[in-house]
Amino acid sequence: MENIKGEMLPVGTAALDSVLGYAVVFIGLALLMLVIMLMGKIMVGNRKKSAEKTAASLADLAASTPAPTEPAIPAAERKLAPGSAGEIKLYDTDPRDAAMIMAIVADKMKKPLNELRFISIKEVK
Amino acid sequence: MSIFDSLGKLVQESGFAMMLQGDGWKNLIMIVIACVLLYLGIKKQYEPLLMVGIATGCLLANVSALGGFANALYHQELWDAFLMEGGPHAHDYGYIMANGGLIDILYMGVKAGIYPCLIFIGIGAMTDFGPLISNPKSLLLGAAAQFGVFFAFFGATLLGFNGNEAASIGIIGGADGPTAILTTTKLAPHLLGPIAVAAYSYMALIPMIQPPLMKALTTEKERKVKMEQLRVVGKTEKILFPIIVTIFVVLLLPSTAPLIGCLMFGNLLKETGVTDRLSDVAQNALMNIVTLFLGISVGATMVGSNFLNVQTIYIVVLGLIAFSFSTIGGLLVGKLMYRLSGGKINPLIGSAGVSAVPMAARVSQKVGQAENPSNFLLMHAMGPNVAGVIGSAIAAGFLMSVFG
Repeated sequence: MENIKGEMLPVGTAALDSVLGYAVVFIGLALLMLVIMLMGKIMVGNRKKSAEKTAASLADLAASTPAPTEPAIPAAERKLAPGSAGEIKLYDTDPRDAAMIMAIVADKMKKPLNELRFISIKEVK
Repeated sequence: MSIFDSLGKLVQESGFAMMLQGDGWKNLIMIVIACVLLYLGIKKQYEPLLMVGIATGCLLANVSALGGFANALYHQELWDAFLMEGGPHAHDYGYIMANGGLIDILYMGVKAGIYPCLIFIGIGAMTDFGPLISNPKSLLLGAAAQFGVFFAFFGATLLGFNGNEAASIGIIGGADGPTAILTTTKLAPHLLGPIAVAAYSYMALIPMIQPPLMKALTTEKERKVKMEQLRVVGKTEKILFPIIVTIFVVLLLPSTAPLIGCLMFGNLLKETGVTDRLSDVAQNALMNIVTLFLGISVGATMVGSNFLNVQTIYIVVLGLIAFSFSTIGGLLVGKLMYRLSGGKINPLIGSAGVSAVPMAARVSQKVGQAENPSNFLLMHAMGPNVAGVIGSAIAAGFLMSVFG
């Protein structure tokens, strides 16, 4: 067909083009990997620094705040709210979302919420 | 003119009469193929959003072609004249506008490379690159899984395809529809129909093509590997990522600018947090409209006279080879990473390096969970999966810069 662009490739040239193309993709993405790793290192480093700063300022704040007048109740003596079954640990989860998740689980399992025990809820990112 | 003359003229001009004349039988076969594709899209749900559009485009083009030039919705003759280098209507969109049917007009978006780029904006807006940013080694798996592209390219040259055609066939192995369409439009537009159909069909068949290869190339011990949880990626990193990738990749291979630029633009809209309305449009309205136009106009290129030939069979076979070898490439490098990491990386995530997002990642998750029900590989597989999108765009950029 006249309107078709392109030339027939000798086998050797085609093989070389294939190897070169694969190498370009590999090298390009490997270099990109290094760039992203570098970016990650810088970001994680920055985050650690700012976390340390926050922790230090919180410690300063705690040191300057007077101690509470009422003695704290030991954990063992704390009373649970009626119907509750202990504490739950939340990781990157809003208490509102956690409440919704627990209600959905209880509904799906067809069990009263106070008969279920949630240990922790973690957002999978 | 008597009533009988009028009836006779109507009968003679009807599509049923044309079916029995000249190449009419080819259109008839294509109508049957369109119905089979519709069945696969609707009943079997093989990539239905595109398959139904492609099948309908094929049906409309072939049915209307039987009604003669004046009634056809798509005119292969006009596009042949458009592609004829040095001809009176070479690259003349005005000629198409003046003489074309509805699908000819829609097809101009494919020909100009607009639809694939707009789809990439939508894909970018829907993609979370977090798993890739938290585990950048995934990029190597995305690169490895482009093996099929170059293997099929070489195979196609051995079968007698020229360089441009072989490059367009090879890119089916990238498992990325818009990339395959853009590359083929630029390099071998006469093969667009079979290549688009092969690419989307195999993408839909990934859950059938990949698992046997994954099981054959990995041991039970490897498939059971549980991977460590990924680190949390901050918002700043997610915003910087598309900017860095655009600058880096486009400077490396300028021919990737349309694909990488649009993909990363879409992702930037998603991650900035200040362009939610635009991100929403890119993910939904824009994506749906373009998918509609793309499906119909690509399907319309499957006209009998153009589609029913030995080349199409070669393309279908080479497409399967490309897909399989891309999967194999990803798995082999996955196995290498398993060894080098002391058994911390599950090689099954390598097969997700073919870019069919998120289907390939889901397959990795499913095969991994079949061996170990407590294993969750999905997020780990999403890294290579989105890396595959970038990898196939780079592979396409390489082929376009060499053969374009």
